[in-house]
Amino acid sequence: MNSTMNILRKELREMLTKSTILPVIFLAILFGAMGGMIGGVEEQAAQPPTVGLINDDGGDMSLLAVETVSKYAEVVYNGSDVEDALAAVDDDGGVAVLQIPANFTESIYADEPGTIRVYWIMKGTGLLDSISSTAVENVLWYVNRDISMTLIEMNSTTNASFALTPTARDETTILGDREMDGVSPGEIGSLLSTQSLMMPIVIMMLIMAAGGTVISSMGMEKENKTLETLLTLPVKRGSIVTGKLAASAVVGLVMAAIYMVGMSYYMGSLGASSNLDLAEFGLTLSALDYAIVGASLFITLLAALALCMVLGTFAKNYKSAQTLTMPIVIMAMIPMFLLMFKDFHTLPAAAQILVFAIPFSHPMMAMRGLMFDDYALVGGGLIYVTTFAVAMMAITVWIFKTDRLLTGRIGKGPMNGTLARIGGMGLFGKR
Amino acid sequence: MLTAMAAGHRRFETPNGVALDVRDLVKDYGKYHALKGVSFDVKEKEVFGLIGPNGAGKTTALRIISTILRITSGSVSMFGIDIAKEPHEARRILSYLPEDAGAYKNLSGNEYLQFIANFFSDDPKGVRDITSKGVAIANLADRMDDKVDTYSKGMARRLLVARALMIQPRVAILDELTSGLDVLNAQEIRRIVKKTSEAGTTVLLSSHNMLEVELMCDRIALINDGLIVELGTPKELKDRHDADNIEEVFTRVIT
Repeated sequence: MNSTMNILRKELREMLTKSTILPVIFLAILFGAMGGMIGGVEEQAAQPPTVGLINDDGGDMSLLAVETVSKYAEVVYNGSDVEDALAAVDDDGGVAVLQIPANFTESIYADEPGTIRVYWIMKGTGLLDSISSTAVENVLWYVNRDISMTLIEMNSTTNASFALTPTARDETTILGDREMDGVSPGEIGSLLSTQSLMMPIVIMMLIMAAGGTVISSMGMEKENKTLETLLTLPVKRGSIVTGKLAASAVVGLVMAAIYMVGMSYYMGSLGASSNLDLAEFGLTLSALDYAIVGASLFITLLAALALCMVLGTFAKNYKSAQTLTMPIVIMAMIPMFLLMFKDFHTLPAAAQILVFAIPFSHPMMAMRGLMFDDYALVGGGLIYVTTFAVAMMAITVWIFKTDRLLTGRIGKGPMNGTLARIGGMGLFGKR
Repeated sequence: MLTAMAAGHRRFETPNGVALDVRDLVKDYGKYHALKGVSFDVKEKEVFGLIGPNGAGKTTALRIISTILRITSGSVSMFGIDIAKEPHEARRILSYLPEDAGAYKNLSGNEYLQFIANFFSDDPKGVRDITSKGVAIANLADRMDDKVDTYSKGMARRLLVARALMIQPRVAILDELTSGLDVLNAQEIRRIVKKTSEAGTTVLLSSHNMLEVELMCDRIALINDGLIVELGTPKELKDRHDADNIEEVFTRVIT
C-alpha cells in the first residue's frame, strides 16, 4: 500500500472514533431541534396576533381603527372593561389589549395625535418572547397608515408631519404581577439582554473551564501514573476529592472573573445607547438576591465539578479527558441557548423538564427569576442543585473507594474484549 | 524516628514475628479470576520476593496489599491491621512503588518529595527530615531543583524509590524496583533497600530480574495462574529443583 495512504488510514482510524463523532451528531440534532423551535416562533409571528379591543370613543376615526385592527388581528374581546379584556386575551394566549379612548377622533380632527392605550401581556423575557408583540406593533402601524391615508384623502389637515403620524401610543407592559408604564416588551427584553445573553454565556464558560480542569486533572493522574501512588498515601478519599474540587473551583472562578470583566465591557458598549433604566421599573436585585445568585453559582459550580470528577474517572489519559468534557459542554449549551431565546416559563413542557434537570440552568435563570420575584423557581432550583451536588460528591468518593479508578470497565461486557481494552489502557500493569 | 512518625501512636502486632499475613486471597474481575487463593506470610524486616510470569497475578496481589484494590475474599493482615477494614491505618505504615509509577511533572524533585512528606508529618521539622532523607536516597544533586518533566527515566525512578523509602515505612511494596536503572544505579538502590530493611522495614518485592531477586530476597514465592506454586529461601528452592540459580527454578516450575 502507498505509504501516504497507509498513514492516512491509520490517522482516520484514530480520529474517527465513536467519542469524536457522537458529540458532533448530538450537537447537530440539538441545533436542529432549536432551529425547529425558532422556526415555530417565526410562524407564530407571521400569524395574526390575538388582541382584545376596547373602543371608548365611537367616532369615525376610532371605527376606522377598529376595522383595521379586526382586519389584521384576531380580536378575542370586544367590550369596555380592561380587566375582563386582559383576562380574555391572556386565556387565549394573546399579547395585547388595545384601548381607544373617548377623545380619540376629536383629538385627530384637532390635529392632535389620537392616543391608543396598549396593555402588553408579556409572557417571558427571552429574546424570542417579544416576537408576538412585534406582530401587534405591525397592526398599530396599519392603523396609523389607514388613518393617515383617510386624513390625506379628506384634506382635513395642512400639517404634513401630523398627517403622516396621526396616532400615538401609551403603553403599559404587564409581566407576571408587575405593571411597567411607558415601556414595551421589546424594550424590556432589550434591557434584560445582559441577563439573557451574558449570564448563560459566562456560566457556560465557567463550567467548561473548571470542568475541563478537573477532568484533565484525573486524566493526567492516570497518564502520568501518579494515581496509584496517591491512592496509597494516608489521605482520606474525601480529602482527595475535596482538594481536587476546590482547586478546580478556584481556577474556574478566576477564569470566569476574567471573562466577565471582558464581557461586561462588551455588553456595556452595546447597551450604552439605551436611555431606559431597569431600576425605573423596579427590576433590580437586593443584596439578598445577589447573595442567592452567588450561592446558586457556587453550588452549581460544585455540582458541575463533582459531575466532571465522576466523568474524569473514565479518563484513560489527557486526550480522552478532553473528549470527556464534551457531555459537560453539551449540557451547558442546551440551557444556554434555550434560555437565551426563551424564558423558562414560555418553553414547552418537555424543554422545561430538560432545562430544570440540567443543574447548570439554575444560575442562568436565577438573576431573571429574582428580578421578577420568581422565588419558587429559584428556590426549587437551589434545592435541586444542592441535592445534585451532594449526590455527585458522594458518588465520586464512592468511586475513589472502589477498584473503578484502576480497573476501568472490567466486569461488563464480554470478558475478552474488556480485558483487551483495559490491557490497552495499561491499567492492569503486568498483572 | 521516622518509622514512629509514619506509624503514629498505634501499637502494632507481629504474631510469631509475622509482619504481613496473606490468607486465601481471591480477586475476581467479573468472571476472570486473577487470584485464586494466595497465601503467604512475610516476617518482620524480611525481604520477600514475589515472582512469576506475566499475568500470573503479582501486580494484582501487590495492589491489594497496597490497599488500592478491594479483596474478593480472603484476608491481608499488616502488623495486625486488617487492611480491608482499616485501609487508612494500613496506608500510614506502607509505601508502594508501582512498576510504572510517575511523579507530578510540574513539580521539582524537591517539591515532589516535600509534597509526599507532608502526608506523613504535621510539623515542619518532620517534613524537612523526611525530605532530606529522600534527597539523600535520590542522590540527584542539583537536579533536585529541576522539574520532574526534565528527568531521564533513570532519574525519575531514583526519585520515586526515594519517595517510597524516605518515610522508613514498616512495609515497603516494591514492584520492579530497578526498572529503567543502569547497573551501577541499580546496585546502589538495592543496597539502600537492604539497609532500609535492616533498619526495620519489611520489604515485599516483585521483579522479573531473577538475579536481583536471588541477591536481595530472604524468601521467595513463585506465583502462577493466580496461585502460589513454590515458596522458600533461594537455597531451598535451588536445592528442591536441583538448579544453579533462581532463573532455572523459575523455568522448571513454570514450564
